[in-house]
Amino acid sequence: MNLGAVIANCVREIKGHPVRSFLTMFGIILGISSLVAMNGTVKGMENGLKEALVEVGGMDKFEIQEEENLPEHQEHLDGQSPGLTMSDVYALQVSAPLLSDITPAVELTRWDGTLVVNYKKRYARPYKLIGAWSSFMEMEDHRIAHGRMFNDLDEENAASVCVISTGVRDDLFGHPEYVGREIIPLGETIYINYVPFTIIGMFELYETEREKKERLERQRLIASGELDPRKNRRRRQDSWVYRSKNQCIYIPLRTMHAKFLSSKSTEPEPVLRIDNISVRIPDISLLETSIQQARNVMMVAHRGIEDFAFRTEEFMAEDVEETIQNYRISGAVIAGIGLIVGGIGIMNIMLASISERIREIGICKAIGATDFTIFSQILAESVILSVTGGILGLITSQGVLGLIAILAPTENAPEVTLSNLAIAFSASILVGILSGVYPGIKASTYSPIEALKYE
Amino acid sequence: MALVEIRDVSKIYNLGSETIKALDGVDLDINEGEFTSIVGPSGSGKSTLMHILGCLDNPTAGTMSIDGTQIEKAKPHELAKIRNTKIGFVFQFFNLLPRLSVLQNVELPLIYSGLSAKKRRETAHEVLKLVEMEDRSKHRPNQLSGGQQQRVAIARALVNEPRIIFADEPTGNLDSNTGEIILNLFHSLQKQGRTIVLVTHDPDIAGLTPRRIEIRDGKIARNVDSKFVRDSENSRFHIESESAEETASSK
Repeated sequence: MNLGAVIANCVREIKGHPVRSFLTMFGIILGISSLVAMNGTVKGMENGLKEALVEVGGMDKFEIQEEENLPEHQEHLDGQSPGLTMSDVYALQVSAPLLSDITPAVELTRWDGTLVVNYKKRYARPYKLIGAWSSFMEMEDHRIAHGRMFNDLDEENAASVCVISTGVRDDLFGHPEYVGREIIPLGETIYINYVPFTIIGMFELYETEREKKERLERQRLIASGELDPRKNRRRRQDSWVYRSKNQCIYIPLRTMHAKFLSSKSTEPEPVLRIDNISVRIPDISLLETSIQQARNVMMVAHRGIEDFAFRTEEFMAEDVEETIQNYRISGAVIAGIGLIVGGIGIMNIMLASISERIREIGICKAIGATDFTIFSQILAESVILSVTGGILGLITSQGVLGLIAILAPTENAPEVTLSNLAIAFSASILVGILSGVYPGIKASTYSPIEALKYE
Repeated sequence: MALVEIRDVSKIYNLGSETIKALDGVDLDINEGEFTSIVGPSGSGKSTLMHILGCLDNPTAGTMSIDGTQIEKAKPHELAKIRNTKIGFVFQFFNLLPRLSVLQNVELPLIYSGLSAKKRRETAHEVLKLVEMEDRSKHRPNQLSGGQQQRVAIARALVNEPRIIFADEPTGNLDSNTGEIILNLFHSLQKQGRTIVLVTHDPDIAGLTPRRIEIRDGKIARNVDSKFVRDSENSRFHIESESAEETASSK
């Protein structure tokens, strides 16, 4: 029995019931297209997350944060937890020689309190107001486009100066695309939570390669008059990778402490609380040692109370990996359910079709078909149905992805890779085999006489 | 040694509490080149005997050999090979596959024996020529008359050059004229030296074959070879068959 004849037979059988075959395939078409779409979407998210990871910068640094939950054996010391303060910074500066660029920072976000910025009658709600030492700029990989970063003198004087991101500028002074020219608001006074600040610098616009391409394309269209920016006020879709970076204001740490923070009334003297301390280490291989050194210093400074934690970029990378993994698994599970349903559909139809064809099976056996011939015939039919559905599904998936792009446009467009298509295609083969085995066995085990006499 | 030898073959059906002996200790030899008919009233066990001879069914007891191969010991795939290469089957209801063309139907046994497509086509055309159906090779079975379908079925039975051909009431579903054409075809095949076993309930048809085996109640009632004996009792047998009791194989 040769393969060509088997396949020709199957195709004939499938063509014999075009509507039924198509309906059978439909389950697989949907299953495969949702598998591809799901994988593509997850791949898109993955790309975004990886961009974000790159954005965060090198691995040769870590962050010390306050940890609310003490270890179990220290829970009774909760009230005595000193929290992160400037004295930790000074202690680290003196006693942890491996650490450099020790940078304390205080962050006010728009979520944990009011954060409103005014300029004349316009206002903006940036994501973050950060009070930090000027070295924070390097730690966070910021680049100044206009003006200057605040310096140690500003810090010393607690000067009312700020450096803003382009997003804040856009909200307060106008987007360059709508205004028609770049506005550089150096020297202007803005009110951050009703406290006046002078803008002394502005960061550059952070954007992904794709955004840059799109922006340049828009500029070209506007320049040639094909696109009227005033009429085309679609909500801007910032990449979330850079969204928070494009929506922040930096002020000197001491200014932050002076203008926005007050110590608790129970404390005998003002405690300069901070939210985190970023430090740089000489080399990634010294990460463990450096963390140990920092821990030792902090333990002494905190009288043994472990109310702090270390966050390395490695952890963040692990977080991202885990997130991607979760997306993948849930995507696979959902698409897998679809495929199982499709497979059950095929199995069902194959079972119906063999009980319709028992006599034919008997005839074939009477003229010399072996059990294996019948089995392979049924199996091949199931695989062909499934694979055809799979190929149609691959085509349909492009439409599904297009639909997703229209219904839920995101910055990280779904990406369909070759391996994704290959996986989906193999899945369709696998489903075909799995759903053909049982009907195949059932069909092949009829004895010839039983099958011939079947009415 | 005869082409087909069966010894003490029985077939017992268990229908709940009842056991029915469809065949009861049958001994039979069929020699190369013989044209044999098996006759008997419905329920006599002739169909069961035929199915066992054709390796479609297993005997409950007894031994059987075809062309030197012991059947009762053979595995299912060996039986399939025997059915494919040594036996040709012609059925009462033609049993052509409706979705295949005439040519494809005839090719089917050759597919199972693994011939190349080109060789299959050639062989099938040859056999179709033999049954004078070559001009209909592209037609579907449902576009043919009963007699034509039966000729295609005979072509299919012949295509693998089997050692023996079994025909189960081949004219049972045809009018008498067409039936005669089919019978003539069998006779001409026999003259070419083929071994043919014909199952029928019609004594007139049986009367035309050189050898007749009468089955009654699962036993061979009479084994007549016209080479030695002239038999004139067909009509009486016919009357008896009308009143025969329903037994095992009619189930």
